[in-house]
Amino acid sequence: MAHINSMPFCSYSQKGIFYESEESSLLITLDAVRKIFKTKDGQVNAVDQVNLTIDQGEIFGIIGYSGAGKSTLIRMLNMLERPTSGSVTVAGQDLSKLSKSGLRKARQEISMIFQHFNLLWSRTVRENIAFPLEIAGVARAERLRRVDELIKLVGLEGRGESYPSQLSGGQKQRVGIARALANNPKVLLCDEATSALDPKTTDSILNLLVEINEKLGLTIVLITHEMHVIRKICHRVAVMENGRVVEQGPVLDVFRHPSEEITKDFVKQITEPEETTDVIKQLASEKPQNKIVQLTFVGGRAEQPIITEVIRKFNVQVNILQGKVSQTQNGAYGSLFIQLEGVDSEVSDAINYMNQQQVEVEVVSYE
Amino acid sequence: MSNLFPNVEWDVMLTSTGQTLYMTAVAVIATFVIGLFLGLALFLTGKGNLWENKLFNVITAAIVNIFRSIPFIILIILLIPFTLFLVGSMLGANAALPALIIGAAPFYARMVEIALREVDRGVIEAAKSMGSSNTQIIFKVLIPESLPALISGITVTSIALVGYTAMAGVVGAGGLGDRAFLDGFQRTQNDVTFVATVIILIIVFLIQFIGDTITRRLDKR
Repeated sequence: MAHINSMPFCSYSQKGIFYESEESSLLITLDAVRKIFKTKDGQVNAVDQVNLTIDQGEIFGIIGYSGAGKSTLIRMLNMLERPTSGSVTVAGQDLSKLSKSGLRKARQEISMIFQHFNLLWSRTVRENIAFPLEIAGVARAERLRRVDELIKLVGLEGRGESYPSQLSGGQKQRVGIARALANNPKVLLCDEATSALDPKTTDSILNLLVEINEKLGLTIVLITHEMHVIRKICHRVAVMENGRVVEQGPVLDVFRHPSEEITKDFVKQITEPEETTDVIKQLASEKPQNKIVQLTFVGGRAEQPIITEVIRKFNVQVNILQGKVSQTQNGAYGSLFIQLEGVDSEVSDAINYMNQQQVEVEVVSYE
Repeated sequence: MSNLFPNVEWDVMLTSTGQTLYMTAVAVIATFVIGLFLGLALFLTGKGNLWENKLFNVITAAIVNIFRSIPFIILIILLIPFTLFLVGSMLGANAALPALIIGAAPFYARMVEIALREVDRGVIEAAKSMGSSNTQIIFKVLIPESLPALISGITVTSIALVGYTAMAGVVGAGGLGDRAFLDGFQRTQNDVTFVATVIILIIVFLIQFIGDTITRRLDKR
């Protein structure tokens, strides 16, 4: 089957921001995919009319709360769940049309890692990593060589003869990743791969995923309920709610213009620590005459000295309440909450000025 | 020794021990193989598993339950025509084997099914996601991952089988049960019953010890 290379790409984001992808080649296409589960209480639309395209070499994140259907969705990318209708195309093959043996072959190129690692406890680290190679019928000498390579790649030197029960969670996930890479897959599916890990281990696993993505050019599709994971490693993101993809686009765009309520909630996980809202509310009630403004910096502008300019140019006092800069795969993303004190005309002039700069300005009101 | 156990003929006791060991060993091996197959069939045709097949599952489960429920001593009697047809005689160790195996295999099959159910579904899913065939899943995942439970199951079954051989002895199969019943009980030679019992206990303890050791070695959880 031919690659659909020439298909023109168009607006990813619902706001219509055009995303020109260089040498885009589609790796995964989901076309009107649905999955209906029949339960005693009737039908459940786990996944409802989802259309997605994922490019070769990108890290694509799907975020949603539990029960949103993301787990079912990612399982349809390797046919662990069969779609009720619609088609899933990976590397030019329509998976639902493959024969049993054809599907087994295709699955060797669509690897998966899991929240609970799913290692065989009866096998050592080396034997676990060799498992997919045995399945693929790779000769013994080649298997041993490849296992050595993979152990080095994921940083598990010296742990080859350990059993999974002797490893920490992070090490187990490294084994999972090595095992998933064994047959040189085209795609790596990550099913909540860091959700069972502590924050520090999560970061080291995420760094490993980015490293693999860059080093091997491997396409990664991940599902998560943590915006932190999306921010840290994803190029593009899709937000799922009730089985539907409600919003998708480059991570930075979605951060900047979240259009759906649920997306705004997720973005807040990153930009506003929980206590911020409370603090700001209190300040607003103490001095209701002052305006509280949220500035959002994107990309290179995160370092611009806009506050200094405002103080210099206008007769206002600036009180910095809360600021945060986060690094994403497509650039920095920062937000700053400030309080402006001064006569009304000066304050509104200052806001107008900031509006003309390349930052997003939003006057916050908590009534 | 002859003062302590005046009625015990040691060479006869030795032969009887050999008969008991022979019956147990052959029955354990056959039970392991047949039980494993039956247990796999029960598990794999169960709901949500690789070869889901409700009809086959219900029929197999019914057969297993029936044979598991019949008291062994009655099973021996029920199986007399079958044994005569198969072995040609009701006497001797071989004549006990059909009843031993038919009595123990369904029992073990249930244990196998339980052991397989304990295998993490996530691991099976992972194997599927790597493109494993069903046969590969059975031999590379299901059996190795449930091996400690399979071994401790066969240990329990083996011990039950030692008990069954004693019952089979009563109806003429020979072995230590035969000695304890015919020479010990019926001729009121309590020392013979005592010695036969002690030897049976030693066999049981040995089986338990070997089974536990192997299970512990295999279990890397």
